[in-house]
Amino acid sequence: MTVTDVRKDPDALTLAITVSLDATVERAWQLWADPRQLERWWGPPTYPATFVDHDLTVGSRITYFMTSPEDERYFGWWEVLAVDAPRRLEVRDGFGDETGQPNDELPVGTMVVTLGEHDGGTEMVITSHFPTLEAMEQVLAMGQEEGMVQALGQIDAILAGTPSGA
Amino acid sequence: MLIYNHMVVDSAEAERTDRLFHALADATRRDIVVRTLEGEHSVSALARRYPMSFAAVQKHVAVLEGAGLVSKRRQGREQLVRGEVDAVRRASQALDALEAVWRGRVDRMTEILTDPHGGTEP
Repeated sequence: MTVTDVRKDPDALTLAITVSLDATVERAWQLWADPRQLERWWGPPTYPATFVDHDLTVGSRITYFMTSPEDERYFGWWEVLAVDAPRRLEVRDGFGDETGQPNDELPVGTMVVTLGEHDGGTEMVITSHFPTLEAMEQVLAMGQEEGMVQALGQIDAILAGTPSGA
Repeated sequence: MLIYNHMVVDSAEAERTDRLFHALADATRRDIVVRTLEGEHSVSALARRYPMSFAAVQKHVAVLEGAGLVSKRRQGREQLVRGEVDAVRRASQALDALEAVWRGRVDRMTEILTDPHGGTEP
């Protein structure tokens, strides 16, 4: 398993995942910098992503869409906030309307990726943050089927189950 | 950009779980959680419901607050208590779901890196 650490802060609505990759930093950076490689991992196999444009310079807006099994397109975008190739990328990410234009009513998160040499390979840390719980739930419900948020009972659920991370 | 102030590490998560179960191991505290999930209650209103002192109820509320099950806010001279179980559980579940998304992505990244064709389409 290449995931070496996962930190979740429910109060700060932040997930930080640390990954050890058997590749140079330059090679690992290409996973983000080359849209054809990005397309192969961003969406799950059932919702493959297609990047319409992809320019990793500060201020640039990157547009992509994910295609559902029913052939519907769901547009998303990144806005590049900071880039220091091949070590750091910081973007805001959100959703678009059916023409790909950013939809201000849909939630916007931020994502920070850092890469560094580690043990002859690369350590990559991806930090994903959401402004509100509702935003995070909405993002998870949209086109990302690998983890679905389930409806929750309140106290019964706590008493019946084991809290997360236990 | 500063994204988070305090990271929860695994041991901290275990402590959170301990606090949660300890907080819920008492019938009065469970009752307070249920009541405050239905609506905000002042500590003094809660204290009238139980055969114990105001200070004892306040202590129960503090334990619940420490476990993230209720939150307190001050309004005038009163302290109002609100149940937070739902928010805490929802946040934890959403983060679990997000972790699953990223684990899937990392698996696919690893496949691309081990692909003899490198970055080209399969």
